[in-house]
Amino acid sequence: MKYDAPTKQGYFGKFGGKFVPEILIPALEELETAYDSTIDDPGFQQDYRYHLKEFVGRPTALTFAERLTAHYGKAKIYLKREDLCHTGAHKINNTVGQVLLAIRMGKKRIIAETGAGQHGVATATVCAKFGLECIVYMGAEDMERQKLNVDRMRLLGADVRSVTSGSQTLKDATNEAIRDWVTNVHNTFYIIGSVVGPHPYPRMTRDFHRIIGIETREQLFAKEQRGPDYVLACVGGGSNAIGIFHPFIEDEKVKLIGIEAAGFGVDSGKTAATFTKGRPGILHGSMSYLLQTGEGQIELAHSVSAGLDYPGVGPEHSYLHDIGRVQYVPVTDDEAMESLKLVSRLEGIIPAIETAHAFAWLDKLMPQTSADELVVLNCSGRGDKDMGTISKYL
Amino acid sequence: MSLFITAGYPHPDETVDLVLGFEKSGADIIELGMPFSDPLADGPTIQHSSEVALANGITMDKIFDMVIRIREASEIPIVLMGYINPVFNYGIERFFKRAAECGADGVILPDVPVEESGYADEYAKRYGVPIICLVAPNTGDERMQLIDQKSNGFVYCVSIAGVTGTRDDSEVSSSVDTFIQRVNRKIKKNPVMIGFGIRNHESAMAISKHVDGFIVGSALIDNIRSHYPEKGWKDSLFEFVKELKHGK
Repeated sequence: MKYDAPTKQGYFGKFGGKFVPEILIPALEELETAYDSTIDDPGFQQDYRYHLKEFVGRPTALTFAERLTAHYGKAKIYLKREDLCHTGAHKINNTVGQVLLAIRMGKKRIIAETGAGQHGVATATVCAKFGLECIVYMGAEDMERQKLNVDRMRLLGADVRSVTSGSQTLKDATNEAIRDWVTNVHNTFYIIGSVVGPHPYPRMTRDFHRIIGIETREQLFAKEQRGPDYVLACVGGGSNAIGIFHPFIEDEKVKLIGIEAAGFGVDSGKTAATFTKGRPGILHGSMSYLLQTGEGQIELAHSVSAGLDYPGVGPEHSYLHDIGRVQYVPVTDDEAMESLKLVSRLEGIIPAIETAHAFAWLDKLMPQTSADELVVLNCSGRGDKDMGTISKYL
Repeated sequence: MSLFITAGYPHPDETVDLVLGFEKSGADIIELGMPFSDPLADGPTIQHSSEVALANGITMDKIFDMVIRIREASEIPIVLMGYINPVFNYGIERFFKRAAECGADGVILPDVPVEESGYADEYAKRYGVPIICLVAPNTGDERMQLIDQKSNGFVYCVSIAGVTGTRDDSEVSSSVDTFIQRVNRKIKKNPVMIGFGIRNHESAMAISKHVDGFIVGSALIDNIRSHYPEKGWKDSLFEFVKELKHGK
């Protein structure tokens, strides 16, 4: 299949678009023009690759998970080690790219929203490195459960602002960041942390994470002389997933599986399983699947993982879902935590709780695989930040 | 003078009464807010009124019932204002059809810029309920003309970069004059109403002297918030509305 979404208007099928107040339209147009003229510029690419190598530590390893493979006794499992990125998760691939773009656009004030705190830390990190003012909006409830990341951001010089409206989590932090942007649009660059938001953000953030899939393909060919049969990644907004999926979309032999957070269970009313329980709607600037009431009010999501605790999902995932190219499946809090413990013991890797959702799907997937197949799982982040939560499950 | 009130705030039983009282106190247009859980262009005041209205069980059909009841008593133009998701969820065609049946005169969707208004435009035209578009201080000249073409009823001119809510005079007046001059050169088809940041008669007069009218929302909700449910809260609100229009 040929795949070239989004359209020039920012649509992935019927999903995406630019549903924002008029005041942001000139800013989005400015961003789009800057991005289009920059992304293929050799000088920019050289800068971006340089910092990914020297600062982020790319390429990240593709680790053969020997004991996990033996545990299931079926296909070989490889882990794409985004947990080894500087700051501990894939998020920094995107913040390096966007901050370099912000600098080229002459913007000196950076804002971001954060849920688990990983995107906030990644943004604070690049702002410290490049000497830019950084303001991070974070839900008060998330600040409580990710206190370590709050301290990290403050240590890095960011102004972390507590958001007490609504559910006090990622969706409200995003509302507040957009309100800041509306107010300070003349001098402010908004670094969105996932493949959500108005066009061109879903495309731009995806493009800065594609490096994950590109490296995976090269590394697997070097080790196995062939591509994967399955690629797995957890999906909240969906940035790590789109990063590893995208370079494989046209290759239909590769089965792509996105794992969403079911919370207490998809029918418990306490879930973040957007595809299982949601339907299309418009939030934070684009049309996509959403958890919403019969009246079109946004529902509160629930997941043990702050990074997946979001009632929406990136518009490109909605498109890939509807065309059937990616299969999206739910994993509960308990399944994820059990799997987190298993992976820690078997592989010596403590994954982030977000990432543990992808690992948990191996229980369902592996029995259907055969020994000559290859599974790649995007190990999107490390679990150090989650020790407070993890302790309660030990 | 156009007045904004969130449907269902401070209580669903008050909305019709408030609208009729606003008309008696000098309002020429009513903007009836359809509350949304995530009002990202609104400041804390309208966020609060939306939360209260939703907690009061406001639904799209209840809002339409309010419009019908207002229509039984008054011919004042009613514009429904709200974010797109509840409208999309209700069904865009169904929404415009119902709005027309109930006697609403226009719709404002602040998170639908002209790029995305395509399919709403079609139903707006079919059912005769026009869409009122917004311009902002950073809207370019050509785009302003396009918005004027697309808009029907009036053009909503957002006075400053920012969310809804009252401001100090210095924040509003500094650069607004050159913006208004531009608006008056480029917007020819529609009347222009200006809003965002107005807190009293003086700020309303200062900002609207070269356009067709002004819009007040947050200042009314702040007024309700500080007096409701004390005895006489409604009288002092209507008094405030009269002052907004005529001064003390």
